[in-house]
Amino acid sequence: MSSQDKKPFVTEDSNVLTDTRDARMSGQDNRFNSKLREAFGSSPFILTKFDKFMNWVRGSSMFMLQFGIACCSIEMMHTYAVKHDLDRFGAGVPRASPRQADVIIVPGTIVSKFAPRMKRVYDQMPEPKFVIGMGSCTISGGPFQEGYNVVKGAEEVIPVDIHVPGCPPRPEALVYGVAKLQERIANGESSPVTVKPYELEQFGDLSRDEIVDELAKEIDEDDLVMRYNWADSP
Amino acid sequence: MSLEEPQDSDQDQPAVEGRSLGDELADLLGDHVLSREEHLNAPGFVIRPDEVQDVLFKLRDEAGFDHLSCVTAEERSNRYESIYHLKKYDDPTQEASVVVPTDKDNPVSQSAEPVYRTADWHEREAYDLVGINYEGHPDMRRILLPETWKGHPLSRDYEQDRPQVVPLREHANPLEDDHSGDGGDTMFLNIGPHHPATHGVLHLKTTLDGEQVADVESDIGYLHRCEEQMCQQSTYRHQIMPYPDRWDYISAGLLNEWAYARAAEDLADIEVPEYAQIIRTMGAELCRIAAHMLAVGTFALDVYGDFTAIFMYAIRDREKTQNILEDLTGQRLMFNYFRLGGVVWDLPEPRAEFFEKIRDFLDDLPEALEEYHDLISANEILQIRTVGTGVLPEDVAKSYGATGPVARGSGIDYDLRRDDPYGYYDKLDWDVAVEDGCDNYSRLLVRLREVEESAKIIEQCVDLLEDWPEEDRTIQSNVPRTLKPEDDTEVYRAVEGAKGELGIYIRSDGTDKPGRFKIRSPCFSNLQTLPEMSQGEYVPDLIASLGSLDIVLGEVDR
Ligand code: SF4
Repeated sequence: MSSQDKKPFVTEDSNVLTDTRDARMSGQDNRFNSKLREAFGSSPFILTKFDKFMNWVRGSSMFMLQFGIACCSIEMMHTYAVKHDLDRFGAGVPRASPRQADVIIVPGTIVSKFAPRMKRVYDQMPEPKFVIGMGSCTISGGPFQEGYNVVKGAEEVIPVDIHVPGCPPRPEALVYGVAKLQERIANGESSPVTVKPYELEQFGDLSRDEIVDELAKEIDEDDLVMRYNWADSP
Repeated sequence: MSLEEPQDSDQDQPAVEGRSLGDELADLLGDHVLSREEHLNAPGFVIRPDEVQDVLFKLRDEAGFDHLSCVTAEERSNRYESIYHLKKYDDPTQEASVVVPTDKDNPVSQSAEPVYRTADWHEREAYDLVGINYEGHPDMRRILLPETWKGHPLSRDYEQDRPQVVPLREHANPLEDDHSGDGGDTMFLNIGPHHPATHGVLHLKTTLDGEQVADVESDIGYLHRCEEQMCQQSTYRHQIMPYPDRWDYISAGLLNEWAYARAAEDLADIEVPEYAQIIRTMGAELCRIAAHMLAVGTFALDVYGDFTAIFMYAIRDREKTQNILEDLTGQRLMFNYFRLGGVVWDLPEPRAEFFEKIRDFLDDLPEALEEYHDLISANEILQIRTVGTGVLPEDVAKSYGATGPVARGSGIDYDLRRDDPYGYYDKLDWDVAVEDGCDNYSRLLVRLREVEESAKIIEQCVDLLEDWPEEDRTIQSNVPRTLKPEDDTEVYRAVEGAKGELGIYIRSDGTDKPGRFKIRSPCFSNLQTLPEMSQGEYVPDLIASLGSLDIVLGEVDR
């Protein structure tokens, strides 16, 4: 074969554009007629505030952190997978790294050993970031509220934007929660922090009391620690 | 099993006709036995805390008790107590309990680790939660709670409201200074606790030599939800049943509920109507299919690393079983369907439609399985990755107390559904899937074959249920509103859960709540075999081995 035959395949794009437009306008191919386009009418320009635009974009394309903790994560997997397919709502791209994620769904019981790690993961996510608490455990500790080792809700550790109740919530409920969150983000709303969360602080900064004295041998001054005051948990 | 009169430990054993297993063992142990106890499942022998190894060696080597199923520790009013629940892999109905009382002020007891490797973690757990010290244990430190925790939460004087401080610090690098960071090939790698390949919140401390695993240590406890405490605070009749659903939450709910139902029904001597047993059997096997589907799907995910076809197919088939289970129980995941003495309600109406739905599912299953075999087990890539990797020889598996598909993938023909029958299994026609490759591939095959067997069981149950006489559809026997089993009755009972032998030990204290409730989780024992399987293998094979173990952290940590 001569080299001329190897010319890359080129579409005549002027043709395509015209064809597509004709198909759209004449109604034989409705695929490109989005609601947005209807709203804009024939004008190709829109006027909006940049903030508003950004919020809309943010809500419409959310990267979720791939984060499984307990039973609720099984239902979360079902939400991502066939049948429920969270991707339909522009929120179904699970990222394994917190640095690439916008939203963290907290799907399960948080216990004392895990809370500092979860806080760390949350801190690693870039701003703006959002949190969905999935299941009763992230609301109050759920069925394990009375456990000696269970943090009484995700809000004790990180601020939560949306709570999806249930034990576990059905995938439909989670989809609804995500949709609500998108709506709020698009409207530029964020949630106030309602509970004073447990913080990671340096051991040396803790106010000294009996417990701190007792542990002084085991923990370095500048180790990060989380102190759980179980008695004052709501 | 009938309720026998509980024996006080210092009373003498009444004369039994013929030689019972207990008498024979007592003869074997001779002077080691301080006194005898009678547990509902097995004879118990009280021994001195410094003779644990002698006694266990004897029982293992001379009486054939090669399976340390569980170690229960508890604090009683005047002593600490560790109970070693022994079984035989050949015949799990032969059981023995070795009871080791220790001093209240200085609870030290000899470790059983040299006899059974699995005692390692079990004793660490006993130390962590109850506070018994095991002498001669290779690594006595906390396992579930953070290392700076103060107090032992299942001991009697634990103050739950006391604040606790938990550090977040770098994990100590086990490498010597002259090896780390010298440009050599040795490095220390943390996998987890938040990592897509660990199937939950597991943390693996891995030491690598190049790409080979030199050492791996599992750090667990990131999902320790105090399940035992929760059950000890709940009443037998209704409050405990929801918790088992949350141990192994991969849709294995009914299997777990059965573990509790079996133990409590034996404890309180409750009969279960035959009709209810068939419904239970059917539901439990549907759960097993769902659980194995996820195991297979995530295993493929671990090996191929893509979120596409196989995983989605597995979820598709799970959705089908979940729909059926939802029709049956009203819930997708946390069924809470069993009751002591039966199930909570009858099959959904119209029944014909329900059976039709199950039949449709079963009819489609062979084709679906064919698809899995095409995509997974017959796939050359997967075979290269899994055949001959993660090898777990039979004797190692036994000494770690491995059960379920992990044991059956190592050629151990052990399945409680057949060997220690309960429910309706012994009246149905099915086989135990055993593979003797001992590698990751065998464990995968066992699961796929078990799905077929479960389908067989379900089909027979549906046939039976369909023709069951209308007037005989009793779903629950008469159970008193409040259950108060007699004081100081002890029972340890296990069922075949999705991951293996799921056992429960209950000691009643005369109230309507258990005095001690101990869960023997199959994953806890199975996970212990990971270092054996992956030392010297490549990191990706470590991940594959972990996937083939099919652990669920809710059950490992409880
Ligand atoms: S809310 Fe229920 S289902 Fe979800 S993690 Fe907690 S216990 Fe499990």
